[in-house]
Amino acid sequence: MFLTSCGGNDNNVSTSSSAASSGTITIDGSSTVFPITEAVAEEYRSINPNTRVVVGVSGTGGGFKKFCAGDTDISNASRPIKPEEAKLCADAGIAFTEILVGLDGLAIVTSSSNDFLSDGITREQLKMIFEPEAEGKITRWNQVNAAWPDSEIEIFAPDTDSGTFDFFTDEINGHEGLSRADYTASSDDNVLVIGISGGKSTIGYFGYAYYTENAGRLKLLAVDGVLPNDGTVADGSYSLARPLFIYARNSALIEKDYVQDFIRYHLSDDTDYLIGEAGYTAPSSEQRAEAQHAFEDALGGHSH
Amino acid sequence: MSTTAVVNPGRPQRFGHRRSQQFTERVIAAVLFGCAAVTVLTTVGIVVILFSEGLSFFREIHPVDFLTGTRWTPASGNFGVLPLILGTLMIAVGASFISIPVGTLSAIFLAEYASPKVRSIIKPILEVLAGIPTIVYGFFALTFITPLLRDSWLPDVGIFNALSAMIVVGIMTVPMVSSISDDSLRAVPESLREAAYGVGATKFEVITRVTFPSALSGIVASYILAISRAVGETMAVTVAAGATPHLTLNPLESVQTMTAYIVQVTQGEAPHGTIEFRTIFAIAMTLFAMTMIMNLLSARIVSKFRERYE
Repeated sequence: MFLTSCGGNDNNVSTSSSAASSGTITIDGSSTVFPITEAVAEEYRSINPNTRVVVGVSGTGGGFKKFCAGDTDISNASRPIKPEEAKLCADAGIAFTEILVGLDGLAIVTSSSNDFLSDGITREQLKMIFEPEAEGKITRWNQVNAAWPDSEIEIFAPDTDSGTFDFFTDEINGHEGLSRADYTASSDDNVLVIGISGGKSTIGYFGYAYYTENAGRLKLLAVDGVLPNDGTVADGSYSLARPLFIYARNSALIEKDYVQDFIRYHLSDDTDYLIGEAGYTAPSSEQRAEAQHAFEDALGGHSH
Repeated sequence: MSTTAVVNPGRPQRFGHRRSQQFTERVIAAVLFGCAAVTVLTTVGIVVILFSEGLSFFREIHPVDFLTGTRWTPASGNFGVLPLILGTLMIAVGASFISIPVGTLSAIFLAEYASPKVRSIIKPILEVLAGIPTIVYGFFALTFITPLLRDSWLPDVGIFNALSAMIVVGIMTVPMVSSISDDSLRAVPESLREAAYGVGATKFEVITRVTFPSALSGIVASYILAISRAVGETMAVTVAAGATPHLTLNPLESVQTMTAYIVQVTQGEAPHGTIEFRTIFAIAMTLFAMTMIMNLLSARIVSKFRERYE
């Protein structure tokens, strides 16, 4: 059955045999974390073929709403849970565990046919373009940098429900949610890809996975001279690196052993390549140990 | 319970049998009335919900500001609906530039020139156009029409633009115009045409001076129906025209229609009861008002131009 080491130095968590019972695991939330969860779910199906894993993409905020209403077992999030959301869960009697599953180097992108942004962009320039005061005023590229052409800035970015939006506005504009409102907003990252790749003077941002999937049509911009990759994200030199989480409902963990099993599989080294394939950075060994520790703690009496 | 003294003539019946017959008749009438009532009640229910939530929106935002404002960015507090109305009208009117000529001329061909065999082939094919799901039209615009426009005449057209949406919505509404116009043209009595031929008119003159004007009320009704349909079109414009509310008459830019905005907000997580949530109802009310005005207009035009044939 489940053999784990309690608080020990063994970082390898064994994956369970098909002795876990089957059922349906409901997951919803961030579109950024979605590629990881989908990939892990697909691999998990080969271990435990009778368990159905259903993954929705309502956005980090939308996912938490459903999670705190008890509708989902696991919530994907590209930002930590907000205090108001945590309170909502507490009021509903839903205890949860935050588990780090990977790191994302948020990709700032433009179209591959763009010819003036090859040197990348700075955080100040991003702030100038995306802050609330820019609404209606900063509309041409040469307003941001005189060396750039006098063409319209076409912005395609996530909408206010997105955790990616929350993270970006917090990092660049100083406070979550502070942003200009006159851009093409979409919760569907694929729509953003279509929009950004379709013009010459476009700019936008989303999780790195959506860049790798469409690398032929997009150009990745260095931020303050640093391009996101596994190295710069892991050591923090890429300033827009962020952790990706899943939040598991403790009652689901305890009552449904297939949920436990799924998360245990998720946290094992076996899924590292899936995270990399999806375009994200796997957690460091310390981060992984911490996540596993939090997971085991949540299981309480069931793991000792 | 009343019993009438009238009995079906020539059919002697037992008293009880007729009572049950009457009862059956009443039940059938009641069921049919119930079905009709359901549709009326549903409409009333929709209107009530729209108005109650919509009015709570208008308590916070003044209707004049709503109808005359030129920026629509609810996230930062601008609630001027003009960009959305303009987007909707642009697509609807632009689509009618395709659907009205193509539809009318197709109808004239089908009604006046086509042999029954040709008609039996072409008419069903036209109907197929109406049956294609609108989301397919949207992707057709995005993946075929926009690149086509870019490669040929309009290299500067945006990836999301109003022109592609206009084209597909126009194509989608051609069957509406052609079908109804065709029926209207064929409803004109042959005697009128024959009388015209009798005084020496050519076929073209007969069509333009006699048949078409006689069928005008039905034809105009079909135009308004097509425009109404284009106003309410949702998926094709959401995919093809984009999600940027722009106050512009330039069809090469991305615009957002009222319907596309509603899709955008309902896909997200605007919390229940916030002003952003209530914009859905305000926009829905506006859309409802627009289509209702068009329907009333259509009814008036039909009755005004209707020709009565002896």
